[in-house]
Amino acid sequence: MKVAVSSTGNKLESMIEQRFGRSPYFIIIDTDTMESEIVSNIGTGYAHGAGVGASQFLASKGVKAVITGNLGPNAYGALRAAKINAYTNFSGTVIDAIEKFKNNELKEFSSPTVPSHTGTGNTVSGRGQGRGRMR
Amino acid sequence: MKIAVASGKGGTGKTSVAVGLALAAEKSQLLDCDVEEPNIHILLKPNILETEKVEVQVPRIDDLKCNYCGDCAKFCQFNALFVVGDTAMVFPNLCHSCEGCIEVCKQNAIVYEPRCIGEIFIGKKDEIDVIYGLLDIGEALAVPIISAIKKKSIGEGIIILDAPPGTACPLAETVKDVDYCILVTEPTPFGLHDLEIAVEVVNQLGVPIGVIVNFAGVGNDEVYKYCKEKNLPILMEIPFDRKIAELYSNGIHFSLEMLEWKKNFSRLLKKICEVY
Repeated sequence: MKVAVSSTGNKLESMIEQRFGRSPYFIIIDTDTMESEIVSNIGTGYAHGAGVGASQFLASKGVKAVITGNLGPNAYGALRAAKINAYTNFSGTVIDAIEKFKNNELKEFSSPTVPSHTGTGNTVSGRGQGRGRMR
Repeated sequence: MKIAVASGKGGTGKTSVAVGLALAAEKSQLLDCDVEEPNIHILLKPNILETEKVEVQVPRIDDLKCNYCGDCAKFCQFNALFVVGDTAMVFPNLCHSCEGCIEVCKQNAIVYEPRCIGEIFIGKKDEIDVIYGLLDIGEALAVPIISAIKKKSIGEGIIILDAPPGTACPLAETVKDVDYCILVTEPTPFGLHDLEIAVEVVNQLGVPIGVIVNFAGVGNDEVYKYCKEKNLPILMEIPFDRKIAELYSNGIHFSLEMLEWKKNFSRLLKKICEVY
């Protein structure tokens, strides 16, 4: 399964970028093989709609989950339409995020403005809360 | 005669200058183009005679015709369209109404429909026609409202346009076809920084510039040096004066109580009208 992480840098040890649409990099990791692809995000220069643009790009890459800091309503709507699960409020390194994701320790984002959003089995309450800890 | 009052930096006194000029004219139209936070009507309290909704055209996708090819989303520079799998979504608040998506859609699946983004108000205070607009909360595009305000102006006599702060599209829309632009600044590093950017933008629009220094007496002399270097005339200096601030905080323009300022604005207006 392909997971994209918004990243401040181009390494697996880089810190997660808190902004989704304007993240400098996305690191796309296949959680089965742990192969990674680093892409710089062209959306940092968009005047508007960076979150939607990033969602469109990640959907075209076959990404099924996104781990980031914050997600705006437009990006949330786009990811939801693309059936990409979003895990927010994470801070820590990219590799840390991926390991927590593999251990089902991340909490899925559900916007209070979007009713009846049901988790897809990855929602684990009580643990993790999406707050990464440096190792 | 169309005179825009702009600044770059917010809070330098654009509205004070714009209202001062309008009050000094025998008869004038005053357009408040700061549609995100209009305030001329707070100072002048005009009688509102007419209001009008402002609509923009945004796409709607016909799901029966759409084949989800994604051409529209690829074309849209503002990411207002999103196509993935068998879903096509429109983000109307990002749309700039360019109609490009209609052009590129081979399925003819896109039609435009109106969407209201705000309102304009047309009023009168003595001999001043006041027109202002209000962008709905949560909307991103001020330009269509500014354009609607300008279309309501009759286009003759003295027209004063109070520009929004900043130096992006809303400023360009306000200033693009005026005869003269007054840039109001303050003699501080921040005032100078934004003045320089504003001068660059207004120069590109080909509009002649004059500068008014507000809060004169604070800060340093860098603004004056810059104006000298760039050959920008300093039209007026308004001192950093407690009485002016007190009147403003009570919603009274200072030229109504400090009558020498009515004369100063009147002289300035005459001078600009003679030359441009």
